Amino acid sequence: MHMKTIVKYVLLDLIKNKTVAVYTIVLFILSFSVLGMSGNISKGILSLLNVTLLFVPLINLLFSTIYFFNSSEFIELLLAQPVKRKTMLLANYTGVATALTAAYVIGIGVPVMMLAFNPASLMLLLSGVFLTLVFSAIGLLIFVIFSDKTKGIGAAIVTALFFTLIFDGLLLAFIYSFSDYPIDKPVIGFISLNPIDLGRILVLLKLDVAVMMGYSGALFKKFLGSFIGIAYACTCLLIWVALPLIASVRIFRRKNL
Amino acid sequence: MKVQRLRSTQILLLTILFLFPATGFGKLFKVSSGSISIQSAINVAHDGDTLFITAGKYLQHDIVVNKRITILGEPNAIIDAVSKYQGFLIQHDSVFIQGIQVSNTGRTAVTDMAGIKVINAKGVRIFNCKLINNSFGIYLQNSTACTVSNNLVQSTIANEINGGNGIHAWKSGNLLINNNVVSGHRDGIYFEFVTDSKILSNRSEHNLRYGLHFMFSNNDAYSKNVFQDNGAGVAVMYSNHVLMTDNIFTHNWGEAAYGLLLKDITDSKILHNRFIKNTVAIYMEGTTRVDVKRNLIEDNGWALRVQASCSGSNFNENNFLGNSFDVATNGTLMLNYFDRNFWDKYDGYDLNKDNIGDVPYYPVSMYSVVTEKIPPAMILYHSVFTNVLDEVEKVLPTLTPDKLKDDHPAMRKIAL
Repeated sequence: MHMKTIVKYVLLDLIKNKTVAVYTIVLFILSFSVLGMSGNISKGILSLLNVTLLFVPLINLLFSTIYFFNSSEFIELLLAQPVKRKTMLLANYTGVATALTAAYVIGIGVPVMMLAFNPASLMLLLSGVFLTLVFSAIGLLIFVIFSDKTKGIGAAIVTALFFTLIFDGLLLAFIYSFSDYPIDKPVIGFISLNPIDLGRILVLLKLDVAVMMGYSGALFKKFLGSFIGIAYACTCLLIWVALPLIASVRIFRRKNL
Repeated sequence: MKVQRLRSTQILLLTILFLFPATGFGKLFKVSSGSISIQSAINVAHDGDTLFITAGKYLQHDIVVNKRITILGEPNAIIDAVSKYQGFLIQHDSVFIQGIQVSNTGRTAVTDMAGIKVINAKGVRIFNCKLINNSFGIYLQNSTACTVSNNLVQSTIANEINGGNGIHAWKSGNLLINNNVVSGHRDGIYFEFVTDSKILSNRSEHNLRYGLHFMFSNNDAYSKNVFQDNGAGVAVMYSNHVLMTDNIFTHNWGEAAYGLLLKDITDSKILHNRFIKNTVAIYMEGTTRVDVKRNLIEDNGWALRVQASCSGSNFNENNFLGNSFDVATNGTLMLNYFDRNFWDKYDGYDLNKDNIGDVPYYPVSMYSVVTEKIPPAMILYHSVFTNVLDEVEKVLPTLTPDKLKDDHPAMRKIAL
């Protein structure tokens, strides 16, 4: 059995899935109304950025976790076939990640390309897609670590909360306590530890609100605004996709089903 | 009846008397690029004569005007100072200069090279001149009651060091600067020790530093000017009794750009201006009794940055729309008063329908307090965490200065 076949079946299943459809439609309506309501394109993109940062991690993480747990019987069935565990797991991930990415690209990407096409909106799309990939990969990791679905969902909620809220709170506490020291570089380092922050700053630096980030903003812009900076941020995000996947494959290989 | 007729005759006579010295009674000298130099024409002229400069390029410089004469230029009469010298040096009262173009003055650090320089003179009028690519455009030094109108002052300097100001006035009084367009200089219009003067309906844009720069200049007024895309906006410093009305401050956008920067200003008024899309619309430091009334403050990064060193200022009936932060301050003590403004972020209610919100509005957000204390925290701008913080603080103010509030926020946009 090939990877392609499994991806095909997962995708076919997800197309019929109501949650994905609702997610797409909600994003689509939201972006059209946000971009239509605020006459200012830059403001519209800022609002969509807020939507992306708040909902994309949470929904993708929860949905992928629940979906993997729900298809555990399907997975067990597949493992009865002559297929490597690694191939099977990655195929499942590819299917889910493709469907969710498509949902984001249709929901946010299409309205944005139609109504507000500029470098910032392209960057928003890129960040959104990356966040989708990262958080569905983390969903997979949660699935292979926890054997119990309830515990898995709990872990997904805590993880989403950690990256959207708690991490930034800790970062603020760090900045607050070390504000007397030159902390701009460590801060860039810390930002790399949170995919949501990376995505947010990539988009902000393309918007003209970036100047408001002041002196340290200038430093960030000098680094993250340059081609090398963007490449660095994208590499970080790619690592954020790869790490949970590698970990999942390793754990799953030894997992007793 | 008889008395009245006599009066109108008198007026007619007076008008003729006033008009003729400038054009009629004096001699008219015509200077063209082939004939004698402008300087030698001036040397033979007498008070009240007129110099007519025909179209053409004049490679002449440091033309000293030491008589009460009128200098008129045909369109395209261009004085070129070959990037080494100055243009006109006016050293006599009541000189009238119109329609001349002065280009390419020198740039040195020793003297301020200017296209048209007025030195120790009264009542000089400079109308419709073009000053292109000069170090300083028009330079008024120790002069009073001069008028600078309808001039175009343009330059393209690369940095602040070798560039001068568009219209520069030093130790002068009773000036009128109106309808000029100034761009590409260090400061568009610069006032130092200038009193009782008016700056009206000018346009100052794309200057490297300030659109308008005021230092130690009291009792001045500026109205109906447009300040756009200047490196750092407009700065008014160490002055008192300055009246700022009906100006537009727009798109002064950058790391350290302000719509209007006020430093050590007392007893001044900012009325009916528009501040649109500036990084900081109004920045105030060490100001006393400054009234900010009926302005439109829209789409700025910070609408107001009022440092704790300001006191006795009133902010009334302004519209605050679409600003990222409404007010930022660096202390908890607040000796300024906000009342009856419209804030688009206000979400209170109005039970008695008098168009005034029943609960006060606190314009300083939690996050703006945090970033004012520790600027690197700006890295968390627009993150979910800081949005949540702001909402929590709105319900239960703890960190934000509780004295800084608008007790009577307007429910609807104020018609300005």
